Amino acid sequence: MSTETLLSVQGLTKQFQTRSGTVRAVDGVSFDVKRGTIVGLVGESGSGKTTAGRCTLRLVEPNEGRIVFDGVDLRTLPEREMRAYRSRLQIIFQDPYSSLNPRLRIDQIIGEALDIHRPVKGSARRDRIAELLERVGLNPDAARRFPHEFSGGQRQRIGIARALAVEPDFIVADEPVSALDVSVQAQVLNLIQDLQQSFGLTMLFIAHDLSVVEYLCDEVVVMYLGRVMERGPSREIYAMPRHPYTQALLSAAPIPDPAASRQRIVLKGDIPSPMNPPSGCVFRTRCRYAVEACAEIVPPLEDIGSDHHVACIRQGDSEVISQGLTL
Amino acid sequence: MTVLPDDIVLKVSDLQTHFELGGRVAKSVDGVSFDVRRGETVAVVGESGSGKSVTSLSIMRLLSSPGRIVGGSILYRTSQGQIVDIAALPERKMRAIRGREIAMIFQEPMTSLNPLYTVGDQIMEMIRLHEPVSAAEARQRAKKMLDLVEIPAADRRLDEYPHQMSGGMRQRVMIALALSCNPNLLIADEPTTALDVTIQAQILDLLRRLQREIGMSILFITHNLGVVAEIAHDVVVMYTGRVVEKSPVSGLFAHQKHPYTRGLLACIPNASRDRGAAGERLRLNPIPGNVPSVTALPPGCSFAPRCSYRIPHCDEAPPLMTAGPSHLSRCWRHEAL
Ligand SMILES: Nc1ncnc2c1ncn2[C@@H]1O[C@H](COP(=O)(O)OP(=O)(O)OP(=O)(O)O)[C@@H](O)[C@H]1O
Ligand SMILES: Nc1ncnc2c1ncn2[C@@H]1O[C@H](COP(=O)(O)OP(=O)(O)O)[C@@H](O)[C@H]1O
Ligand code: SF4
Ligand code: SF4
Ligand SMILES: [Mg+2]
Ligand SMILES: [Mg+2]
Repeated sequence: MSTETLLSVQGLTKQFQTRSGTVRAVDGVSFDVKRGTIVGLVGESGSGKTTAGRCTLRLVEPNEGRIVFDGVDLRTLPEREMRAYRSRLQIIFQDPYSSLNPRLRIDQIIGEALDIHRPVKGSARRDRIAELLERVGLNPDAARRFPHEFSGGQRQRIGIARALAVEPDFIVADEPVSALDVSVQAQVLNLIQDLQQSFGLTMLFIAHDLSVVEYLCDEVVVMYLGRVMERGPSREIYAMPRHPYTQALLSAAPIPDPAASRQRIVLKGDIPSPMNPPSGCVFRTRCRYAVEACAEIVPPLEDIGSDHHVACIRQGDSEVISQGLTL
Repeated sequence: MTVLPDDIVLKVSDLQTHFELGGRVAKSVDGVSFDVRRGETVAVVGESGSGKSVTSLSIMRLLSSPGRIVGGSILYRTSQGQIVDIAALPERKMRAIRGREIAMIFQEPMTSLNPLYTVGDQIMEMIRLHEPVSAAEARQRAKKMLDLVEIPAADRRLDEYPHQMSGGMRQRVMIALALSCNPNLLIADEPTTALDVTIQAQILDLLRRLQREIGMSILFITHNLGVVAEIAHDVVVMYTGRVVEKSPVSGLFAHQKHPYTRGLLACIPNASRDRGAAGERLRLNPIPGNVPSVTALPPGCSFAPRCSYRIPHCDEAPPLMTAGPSHLSRCWRHEAL
C-alpha cells in the first residue's frame, strides 16, 4: 500500500442559510485520505458527516477550504474542467430505496453512468453492464428488471455497480450499509473490500456503526457539531481514544456480549443546535472534563504523534488519558 | 378459569397472525410462544420481516386489516390479578387494557405524538383519560413524568410542541406518555433503532432504571444483538414468522443452538475477531442469500436454503426442541452445534 495522499481536505467550511438562522454544518474540517485506504467518518446525527462528504465532491459548494485531489484544488476548477473530475469521484448513498430511479431498468441506470464516462454501444455496452453486475454479485439478467424487484441489499449492490461504471478513483460511501439487515450488511461489506482490493479504490466511508468502522477503516475522523474532535489510525483510536467525545461515543456502543464489562460514559442531553454552537470547545456542554477555559478557547487539532490528532485542551491530562484506557 | 403461574404477566401461546391478500396468505406470525415474567425484559430479535412488529401489534390488538389473529392465545394478567385472553377479548374490554395496562412505544415517536398539541396537553389527556384527576393535578403528574424521563426544564417543555424537540427528546416524551398510566407491561418496538448510540445508551439506561423502580415488564423488539445483550433477561429469536431459538440471555450468547442465531452473531463485524495479527482485514462471514418472503417459504426448515448445517432430514419441518436448560431450538441438529 502506498502512502501517497490522494485527497486532502483543508479547512472545509459549509454554512446553510435558513429562515431561523445560519447553520454551521461543517466548520473548518481537515483530513487526508491516502491512496488505496478507507477513511471512516463518524459522529452523531447532525454532526456534518454527509455535508462534509458532499462538499468533498463539490455536490454541495463549500464556503471555504481547499479540496486537493490528486494534486489539484478542485475548488479552483471551472465547472467545465470539474466535469472531467466528476467521474473520478463517485458517491454511494445510504438509502438503496430512493437512490435509484424507479422508472428506469437496471441496464438504463448503469448505462446512464457509462454514457457520461465512456459511451459504448450495442453488445459492448451489454457486456460491460453484465460484467459490472457480476462484479457486484448480481446475475446479469438483473439488467432487464426494475429497482422495486430487488431487495435492499441487492439495490445497494446496484448502487455500487453504478458508481463503479465510471471507474472512479475515489468514492464517498454515505452510510452504505446502515439500512441493511446484519446478514446482508456483511455481504455488502465483503463486496466493498473485494472491490477496494481489486481496483485499489480509495474511500471515505461515512457511518454510524462504530464496529463497522473499526473493522473496515484504516483511519477514522470523529466529528461533533461540524468539527473534527479526533482523527488518526483506527487501531490506535479504538484501542485508546484520547478525546472525551470519542471516549463517550465508543463506550456507548452496545457490545453483543452480556458478560462484557465496560464502563459506560452516558452523555447527558442532546447535541446542541448547530445554529448556536457553544463557544470555545463545542463539546463542552456535555463533557465531563470541561473546565472554564474550554468556553474560551477553540481547541486546535493537535498532532500527538503517529498521525493521531486530538482537539482538546486537556488531552494530555492523566485523568482524560486513563479514561481512554478503561474502554 | 385460566391459570397462569404467579410470576408470569404475559403468556403468548401458539400465536398465529395472518394477512390474507388476493387469495394469498402471509403467515406473518406462525405459532409463536413465549412468556414475560413480572419485572423482566424479554427481547424479540430477528431481521426485518421476521414478524416482530406483527407479534407486538397482535398483543396490542392494533393490527391493520387484512391482518387477523387466526389462532393461539395471549393470556395477560391484569393489575387486578384477573387473567384475560387478549386474542379473544372484545374491543370494548381491550380499550381498558390498551394504553393503561399495556403501553407501547415505537421506533418513530411521531406515531404516538400529535404534532398539533403541546407535549403537556398530550400527557395530561392520557392521564385524565384513565384517572379522574383535576387539570392542575394532571399537569403536576405530567411534569413528574418528564422529570422521570430526564427531560431538563420539564415545566417549560410541557408547553412545547413535539417539533420543537430533538429526536432523542421526542423518544423520551413518547416513553413518558406511555408510562403516564403506570402500565404493567411496556411493549417497545425498536425504540432506539433510529437514535444515535449516545442517545440509545440514555434510553436503555432509562428503561432499566424505570423497570427497577416501577417493576414493569418489558417486551423489547429489536434487530440489534448488542442491545439484546444489554437489556434482556430472556431472548426470543424469530425467523420467517417463527421462533427459532429461545433462551435466557447468558445461555444464548454463550452457546447458540440454532445456525441462524449463530450466523447473526458471526456476521456482526468485530475487529478483534475479524482482523488478523497485522491488523489486516479478514473476510466477514455473512449468512448467504436473503430472508425468504413469508408467502413463499421453502418446505421443511425455512432456514434450510441458507444453512451450512443442512442434512436431508431438514426437508421435514423441525419443531421447537429442548436444547439445554430453559433453551429451545428449532433445529434438527441443535446437538451438533
Ligand atoms: N440543505 C440544508 N439546509 C439547511 N441545513 C442543512 C442542510 N443540509 C444539512 N443541514 C444541517 O447541517 C447539519 C449537518 O447535517 P448533515 O446531514 O451533514 O449531518 P450528518 O452528520 O450527515 O447526520 P446524519 O448522521 O443524521 O446523516 C445539520 O444540522 C443539518 O440540519
Ligand atoms: N399490513 C400488512 N399487510 C400485509 N403483510 C404485512 C403487513 N404488515 C406486515 N406484513 C408482513 O408480515 C411479515 C412480518 O412483518 P413485521 O412483523 O413487520 O416484521 P419485522 O417487524 O420483524 O421487521 C412481513 O412479511 C410483512 O411483509
Ligand atoms: S476542550 Fe474541554 S470541553 Fe472540550 S473536550 Fe477537552 S476538556 Fe472537554
Ligand atoms: S433444521 Fe437443518 S436446515 Fe434447519 S437450521 Fe437446523 S440444520 Fe439447518
Ligand atoms: Mg448523513
Ligand atoms: Mg418491525
